[in-house]
Amino acid sequence: MEKDLNQNSPRIRKLRDNGYPPNTPTSRMNNNNQRDNHPNSPRDYNHTPSSPTARLRWRNRSNEIPTEVKRGNASNVRNLLLGDKNKYRSMWIRTCSSLWMLGGVFFIIYMGHLYIWAMVVGIQIFMAKELFFLLRRAHEERRLPGFRLLNWHFFFTAMLFVYGRILQQQLVNTVSSDRFIYKLVSGLIKYQMVICYFLYIAGFMWFILTLKKKMYKYQFGQYAWTHMILIVVFTQSSFTVANIFEGIFWFLLPAALIAMNDVAAYFFGFYFGKTPLIKLSPKKTWEGFIGASVATTISAFLFANVLGQFQWLTCPRKDLSTGWLHCDPGPLFRPEYYPLPTWIASFSPWKEISILPVQWHAFSLGLFASVIAPFGGFFASGFKRAFKIKDFGDSIPGHGGFTDRMDCQMVMAIFAYIYIQSFIVHQDYSVEMILDHISRSLGHEEQKMLYAKLGDILRHKLQGGF
Amino acid sequence: MHKENTGDAPSAPTPRVRHHRKRNTDVVAGAGKPNGSHLLVNDSSKYKSFLIRAYSTVWMIGGFALIVYLGHLYITAMVVVLQIFMARELFNLLRKTHEDKQLPGFRLLNWHFFFTAMLFVYGRILSQRLVNTVTPDKVLYRLVTSLIKYHMAICYSLYISGFVWFILTLKKKMYKYQFSQYAWTHMILIVVFTQSSFTVANIFEGIFWFLLPASLIVINDIFAYICGFFFGRTPLIKLSPKKTWEGFIGASITTMISAFLLANIMGRFLWLTCPREDLSTGWLQCDPGPLFKQETHALPGWISNWFASGFKRAFKVKDFGDSIPGHGGITDRMDCQMVMAVFAYIYHQSFVVPQSLSVDKLLDQIITNLTLEEQQALFTKLGQVLQEKVIGS
Repeated sequence: MEKDLNQNSPRIRKLRDNGYPPNTPTSRMNNNNQRDNHPNSPRDYNHTPSSPTARLRWRNRSNEIPTEVKRGNASNVRNLLLGDKNKYRSMWIRTCSSLWMLGGVFFIIYMGHLYIWAMVVGIQIFMAKELFFLLRRAHEERRLPGFRLLNWHFFFTAMLFVYGRILQQQLVNTVSSDRFIYKLVSGLIKYQMVICYFLYIAGFMWFILTLKKKMYKYQFGQYAWTHMILIVVFTQSSFTVANIFEGIFWFLLPAALIAMNDVAAYFFGFYFGKTPLIKLSPKKTWEGFIGASVATTISAFLFANVLGQFQWLTCPRKDLSTGWLHCDPGPLFRPEYYPLPTWIASFSPWKEISILPVQWHAFSLGLFASVIAPFGGFFASGFKRAFKIKDFGDSIPGHGGFTDRMDCQMVMAIFAYIYIQSFIVHQDYSVEMILDHISRSLGHEEQKMLYAKLGDILRHKLQGGF
Repeated sequence: MHKENTGDAPSAPTPRVRHHRKRNTDVVAGAGKPNGSHLLVNDSSKYKSFLIRAYSTVWMIGGFALIVYLGHLYITAMVVVLQIFMARELFNLLRKTHEDKQLPGFRLLNWHFFFTAMLFVYGRILSQRLVNTVTPDKVLYRLVTSLIKYHMAICYSLYISGFVWFILTLKKKMYKYQFSQYAWTHMILIVVFTQSSFTVANIFEGIFWFLLPASLIVINDIFAYICGFFFGRTPLIKLSPKKTWEGFIGASITTMISAFLLANIMGRFLWLTCPREDLSTGWLQCDPGPLFKQETHALPGWISNWFASGFKRAFKVKDFGDSIPGHGGITDRMDCQMVMAVFAYIYHQSFVVPQSLSVDKLLDQIITNLTLEEQQALFTKLGQVLQEKVIGS
């Protein structure tokens, strides 16, 4: 397809120099049209089998192709018409990469918490790379050597800060056997905030020292963009990691629900889709949306039951080891038995059903996944339309970049973390439990410190007359 | 917060605009002339601007001293008000009136996020103090503790509703403008709230930890201006053509010395050194701790001075607003304070307060999840356990 346009024509060269994505505009459009026009993308809630000409008008996510390219691509129309055959090929590519991703995820889950964490970090790096690249303009970049390095400096600082905070308890527990490393690690943790702050300030001063005369606006724009990217990427991944160490269940269930919602919405849209949902994504329909909500909530209930029976998934990981886990999963995962009403019991082999209390929580997760999480997808669509980009990247064949896959997951991960911290963890506090916790996890000196501080606080409270 | 420049623009009568722009911002305006002619030493009508500036400075310092006298709660209120003004200036900065007319309710979204951020940040910082304030009253106590327990969930729901609202208001031709505004709002709120939350955290640790860093910045500014006024010759950095090395170094030395002295003076007042454990406004009595019993307070003064000097950056291309006559807007006044507040907080948390993270975490859990009676029961039992250990070992 690329051979149809003269690559060296001044217009194409100019477009390329303006920092368009690495593929030439035409080939990228072709590839993406092939991807977008095939009927089985799970994102298409409402698949309209379209005539070849309609396909031209029908852009999958956005209509951001700039007019210069549009005008010059008469020859492309011919290519699109011939692209019908390619839709099966693209569907095949997409299915293949989906299966690979699924298989990889299962494998990682089997391997354990530490490996899942590594996978999350890997995905983060890819996402950050895609997003850093996105709004850079090649022309300015050439005049600012070392500016890209600054992005990665901030990335590294953010990673140190975020994972230092989330995993400090686990880290301390891992090294508690060795006195020397224990002292080193606790010292590092104590000064973690200072270290990260100084790294950040170093980056900040570096940024100021590299400000070049005519490029202030570009550089400041990039600085703000870097911050936004890092916040978006690290908030969700840090919460994901916190969820993982709380128990793989709390990572797996939300992620599965999002995938389930996508797939269900696609099928409901495919069969029943009529009324458009939102202008941002013209192919989503109300039927798909509602059907998917119902399906997701029900499957949340069932998934939670299935997943909740494995200790590997429900036990929290207290340190950074990789071995098998045994624990008392807590009252949430202990099955409760409800007798079935007699009219069902008469013709079914089971007399009672067992429900894990966690399944009721799964309802809320499912509801959120189907109603609110799609807004993450809308946000990404709107963003791409606003800045006239087709995809965030092209790392995954058939799916675009990592950010395209993760946009709903991000919103869900944050919600899951907050839900867990507010409603699930810390449900069962009692004096005995805390005493037990104190004697288990604190050393003698620390217990005395706790005693003294608690005494101070209680004395303050009891003095009254505030 | 009086901020001066190390050197002021020579005011040829025509660029009066530049003359009154006291922050050296004008890369745009002053870019044409060579650097040498900008130094304050060469300015003839500099004395007049000096008077105007000194006058408004005195007023600001007076008002500030009054607030410090009134106490922690009033200082926090002042910080909150300053925040609101800063946010308003910054929100207005990149708005384009043409687009805004087509997007009714979009400004409201900014303030919705502002309110959510405020709830989140101050909820976290002041939760313990709030609980202490309402302890005597049973009903309020239970209400407040449950609010605090679900604080994160509440703020998150508010944020998500703002997010959903934003997406529902996306209008066809205005995506780019709206997304930029969204990102800009986030950046503003982060910048404004990080520093103010750290400032408030510092205040409740003891007014000293707020007053000392703030004063050092002011002193640094004043002395940089004075030294530049009398001695300034060599330009410091291209971004701020009126700052000079003489001003910078002179200011560093004087700030170091005054940090030393100020810390000594301030450390004698219990009003300034005691932490405030609740939200009351009465007098404070406490044991200030070993840090304030010593006669010298060298290290923190030195480090904070270095930072105060190191961060005299003035790279804005225009004033952020015009709330304060002769000084530009609030943001102009606060930019160095922001950096300083964050540093002071981190320094204090890392080096001054003896910390143990697991102890604090457990303490947090105890306070938020147990009732007062349960806490007391825990306390007595823990005491018994420790006694047994001592006896047994």
